[in-house]
Amino acid sequence: MTKKKAKVINEIKVSFPSLSENERFSRLAVSGFASQLDPQVDEISDIKTAVSEAVTNSIVHAYKNEIGKIELVARIYDDNKIYIKIKDHGCGIPDVKKAMEPLFTTSPEEERAGLGFAVMESFMDKLRVISKEGKGTSVILTKKLRTKLDK
Amino acid sequence: MGLKIYDEVEEKSKLTAFLSGEIDHHSAKEIRKEIDINVQKLNPTNLYLDFSKVDFMDSSGIGLVMGRYKLQSERGGKVFIQNPPPLIKKVMLVAGINKLAKIVSIDVPLSEMQKAKESAQNSDKLSVQAESAEISVQSGSSDKDNNSDENIKKET
Ligand SMILES: Nc1ncnc2c1ncn2[C@@H]1O[C@H](COP(=O)(O)OP(=O)(O)OP(=O)(O)O)[C@@H](O)[C@H]1O
Ligand SMILES: [Mg+2]
Repeated sequence: MTKKKAKVINEIKVSFPSLSENERFSRLAVSGFASQLDPQVDEISDIKTAVSEAVTNSIVHAYKNEIGKIELVARIYDDNKIYIKIKDHGCGIPDVKKAMEPLFTTSPEEERAGLGFAVMESFMDKLRVISKEGKGTSVILTKKLRTKLDK
Repeated sequence: MGLKIYDEVEEKSKLTAFLSGEIDHHSAKEIRKEIDINVQKLNPTNLYLDFSKVDFMDSSGIGLVMGRYKLQSERGGKVFIQNPPPLIKKVMLVAGINKLAKIVSIDVPLSEMQKAKESAQNSDKLSVQAESAEISVQSGSSDKDNNSDENIKKET
């Protein structure tokens, strides 16, 4: 059996300033884009939640004392997969493995739960975090949606 | 912000905050402030956070519940999560927040919600209602939510 490589059906690139009022925008942008795959309500909710986590992290952690640029790339593939990358050029994460542990947070005083990565991991199929101290962080989220036949 | 206080036989007092809309890092600040002002004013033993009209929540909402839990614990009180819709509850269970604040389903008469809403002038995100305690659901037995507890799963 030969494995066919999935084809990109659509791609968007959005960049926006790291203001908290843009958290909602980022979720809506991705959910609008994903609607082309005809997702179920729970799938859209999972994607919105994961995007909100990643974007919020860039706003509250990466650009803690400044306003920077957040770059979002989203792609959908003909095998019903969605790919989302959220990238910032903020402070970076010194120890990614540690940061991804549930309940680990560097901002407990701001009532952060330390569960953002745990939520992304559980709501998406795959989560990849690439970070360099002083350079920034990219979070890559992918999820395969149920096909119309499954629905 | 409208408040209603019934002082009946019960020594415990209850405050219900009806949250609505989307809870994220941006909106959480305001919601937190409104709840805390009213908790300070009314000093309830039990704080109920009603999520039935919440249509989005991320871990900022978890932080919000955790923060109220901490404050209530310091005052010797409790927090309950009331009527979360399925997709909101999913976030709560992934986070395991039901370990701190029990999830309860309570029939809220429409008229009560309407009253709380009408009297909420300052905020469209939150309305608050206070009354005496005595809620049957909280007394241990009807615990179906706790069986579905799910801890944070984490592979390394
Ligand atoms: N984009 C980023 N840039 C710099 N540091 C980050 C970034 N994303 C996450 N971190 C670090 O990783 C930690 C864990 O992130 P996570 O989202 O799991 O929890 P949190 O943001 O602290 O709390 P919560 O998401 O529950 O509100 C953060 O406290 C922060 O130190
Ligand atoms: Mg976070």
